[in-house]
Amino acid sequence: MTMKADMVIDAKGLACPMPIVRTKKAMNQLEAGQILEVHATDKGSKSDLTAWAKSGGHELLDDTEQDGVFIFWIKKAE
Amino acid sequence: MSVTTWTAADVAKKVINKDELFILDVRNQDAFADWKIEGENIEYLNVPYFELLDGVEPIIDKIPTDKDVLVVCAKEGSSEMIAEMLSDEGMDVYQLQGGMKTWSEHLEPVKISDLKGGGAIYQFVRLGKGCLSYMVISGKEAAVIDATRMTDVFKDFAEKMGVSIQHVFDTHLHADHISGGKNLADETGATYWLPPKDAVEVTFSYEPLEDGNQITIGETAIQIHALYSPGHTIGSTSFIVDDTYLFTGDILFIDSIGRPDLAGKAEDWVADLRESLYSRYRELSEELTVLPAHFMITSELNEDGSVAERLGTLFARNHGLNIKDEDEFRSLVTENLPPQPNAYDEIRKTNMGKIVPNEEAQREMEIGPNRCAVR
Repeated sequence: MTMKADMVIDAKGLACPMPIVRTKKAMNQLEAGQILEVHATDKGSKSDLTAWAKSGGHELLDDTEQDGVFIFWIKKAE
Repeated sequence: MSVTTWTAADVAKKVINKDELFILDVRNQDAFADWKIEGENIEYLNVPYFELLDGVEPIIDKIPTDKDVLVVCAKEGSSEMIAEMLSDEGMDVYQLQGGMKTWSEHLEPVKISDLKGGGAIYQFVRLGKGCLSYMVISGKEAAVIDATRMTDVFKDFAEKMGVSIQHVFDTHLHADHISGGKNLADETGATYWLPPKDAVEVTFSYEPLEDGNQITIGETAIQIHALYSPGHTIGSTSFIVDDTYLFTGDILFIDSIGRPDLAGKAEDWVADLRESLYSRYRELSEELTVLPAHFMITSELNEDGSVAERLGTLFARNHGLNIKDEDEFRSLVTENLPPQPNAYDEIRKTNMGKIVPNEEAQREMEIGPNRCAVR
């Protein structure tokens, strides 16, 4: 599946905490309501990104896994 | 100030000594709620690392300065980062090498006792998961019971003790952790024993472990007697070693009893469980020392870190052995059960040899507590 993203970050091959550190930095550059697409391979990234998005008020629109790569679409908090 | 790294063995010593410790667990809240480092004098603070990326000021006041502070995460990356941030704020802190992943795999060997005719029994306490494995040593030979998948630990220990592993037993087909039994036997040339009623679907060869089997270890002839005691699984088998020790597998624990539902057959197996606990074990000497395959809470640990108790004491104190009414017993072990262990169905398939996940996948499958008991 695909979704139009305003920015894509590649966190593949990075171990915790780097996927979230990168995601947070990228999110700071976006405007409210814009969508960030994150690619990661760390298995813990799904539960951590979900919890992080929730705590920051961001919305995890969707996520999927393709060949061991987790892809997340997160909408920045209004 | 500074960050010092503690290994899982360092933390295990603290838990066994019941030392005071403050753990800052920076995993997400679900992971912490599911499973953490347990200890009687441990105080906790759980704040996910991703809420501290802008700084640790919000939690500084909550961290004590009068006791050791250990920062813990899943695999070490985040605990290292947060520990450095605390150090930059002027604190001395510790962080756990390898995180909860390594904690889950750490085995702490504890000597249970010398045996009458020479030799000894050692218990391998897996604090992070509550699993207990055993090595019985006599002369130049050893037997291993309920080995975890970290087979190097047993091979290294045997080498250190100057013994060769001759027999490897599983008391039953495990559902909460991946057995190292078959691999350990293959790697050491030992015989692998498994109860045949639990092994109908296994894909490898094994020696059938049946009621009345007697196996001798070493020149001083330590006898291992098998005692069929179904209920947690249909094949569950106990052992009496040296006429003194009762290895109960997952049938009887110190403060709880086995659950009959992990193969989806609670209603069928509840009568077996009752028969094993209330009849077969009742016929045994109360002086036997019970050595179970699990513990649930660290208060079940003795002073030296071992998990062992007199059978007679368990008959007096273990609630699960003192339910007179059969219907009440049935409802205890079939209703309101704790959640089933993580990935228990995949773990059973792995232990049957039906699937062979890679090491990383096996680690993931074993995350979390064992949950084999009902209280």
